[in-house]
Amino acid sequence: MGVTLSVLSLIVLIPLSAVAIKAAELSPSEFWAVAFSERAMAAYRLTFGAAFVAAVVNGVFGVLTAWVLVRYEFPGKTLVNALVDLPFALPTAVAGIALATLYAPNGWIGQFLTPLGVKAAYNAVGVVIALTFIGLPFVVRTIEPVLRDAADDVEEAAASLGANRIDTILRVILPALAPAWLTGFALAFARGVGEYGSVIFIAGNMPYKSEIAPLLIIIQLEQFEYARAATIAVVMLAVSFTMLLVINAIQAWSRRFD
Amino acid sequence: MSAAPSRSRRATDDPAWAKALVIGVVLVFLALVLIVPLAAVFAEALRRGLDAALVAVNNPDALAAVKLTLLTAAIAVPFNAVFGLCASWAIAKHEFRGKPLLITLIDLPFSVSPVVAGLIYVLIFGMQGWFGEWLVDNDIKVIFAVPGIVLATVFVTFPFVARELIPLMQEQGTSEEEAAISMGASGLYTFWRVTAPNVRWGLMYGVLLSNARAMGEFGAVSVVSGHIRGLTNTMPLHVEILYNEYDFVGAFAVAALLCLLAVVTLVLKTAVEAAQPRTGRGGH
Repeated sequence: MGVTLSVLSLIVLIPLSAVAIKAAELSPSEFWAVAFSERAMAAYRLTFGAAFVAAVVNGVFGVLTAWVLVRYEFPGKTLVNALVDLPFALPTAVAGIALATLYAPNGWIGQFLTPLGVKAAYNAVGVVIALTFIGLPFVVRTIEPVLRDAADDVEEAAASLGANRIDTILRVILPALAPAWLTGFALAFARGVGEYGSVIFIAGNMPYKSEIAPLLIIIQLEQFEYARAATIAVVMLAVSFTMLLVINAIQAWSRRFD
Repeated sequence: MSAAPSRSRRATDDPAWAKALVIGVVLVFLALVLIVPLAAVFAEALRRGLDAALVAVNNPDALAAVKLTLLTAAIAVPFNAVFGLCASWAIAKHEFRGKPLLITLIDLPFSVSPVVAGLIYVLIFGMQGWFGEWLVDNDIKVIFAVPGIVLATVFVTFPFVARELIPLMQEQGTSEEEAAISMGASGLYTFWRVTAPNVRWGLMYGVLLSNARAMGEFGAVSVVSGHIRGLTNTMPLHVEILYNEYDFVGAFAVAALLCLLAVVTLVLKTAVEAAQPRTGRGGH
């Protein structure tokens, strides 16, 4: 217990307070000007918006993937199951250059999108693509155990009482999955907001257009504007911490009937 | 789909066509999102042939990056394995106030942007940081040097083992430990002979994940490293440098090495899962 607390404060707490203290070197009005400048607002909008869209995409396909992995048997299932964790195992920089190359106008996928007038790299769409890759396993792996533990008997009861399959899925199974789904969504969203490595290669990094918030921190750092970098970090930390509390609250709420 | 389930089938089975459709959609999605990028890395690395890729990897800067990456993981992973074991034991087997807050704090590195994680260490150990002057006076380099890279890696891989073990230990409860203690075993003996062996698969799983992350971390390490070739460049950073210099074969060759690491991780993970069928598990 004592060891846990002291290591935790050494590695996590003290460093985090350093960010807040550094940001506090700015006067409140300066802080406000840096934290919510036009360029920073554009970056937050892109970061949170893209993370949200990617989490929604993963929310849909993550449920389907978890469903297929738990309920159905098909050849190559072990392989598919292992592959779902690829985004956990693959370094983000590798994912970044691979996706940028694929979706560039002359890339494997980009060459088919260009004639359709779709630009998927070096803009916000590229950011969403990268964050979809990064977030997928969070949703799948959160829903999977809940789906596996969900008892068949409720489903059977619904069916025997005359509900058709669609009704059973929509009214019995999906509501039971809601807490896990929300948790997975929140985890994917939180990861997407902070993601840096996979995004910068495909984003194009144009100020006001395709510049993400973590990149703004890097830019301030490179100009040795430490207090400004810390200011943007404080905004992001506040959001991360809120997300975490929400996730834990959802989990506590979902356990209330256990 | 709206037809009543036939008598021959269990009521909770889906029709074959629906199964095929859902499996098809999922496979196409996963192929597009996961397999194509993986294939692209190897295809790009081998664009000028295997020899060109090998030359790109077998260069002093690339080899130095490989060494630094291995060294970093060799320090960060065991550290976090030991801490994770202690932390999950404290949390799962004991009751105390503020437990949810403690769990939230352990999780924090998961949801803190890696860039912020790197920034933290620059603020503390950098030239203008809290310990900056003292470190300069004593000729110790942390930021833009190896210690900073190790610290940042420890931070980002901090929760993996603990997060894996806490639900596992909670599930197992304390009855076995109580039995051991009541038969006269000491606390430490009980921990090593009862608690630790019970969670060995979960521990391996957490170690695998934190190792993959430690070797692949980019954002946090990028902030503290200074990108000095041959000295403070890890493999992912080396990939970035080569890519930004339009040395695509070189970048993808090093990237392919990291892909192999990812594939090995996934294979081992599948093996661990096969050895011990996992039941419930929390998210990351």
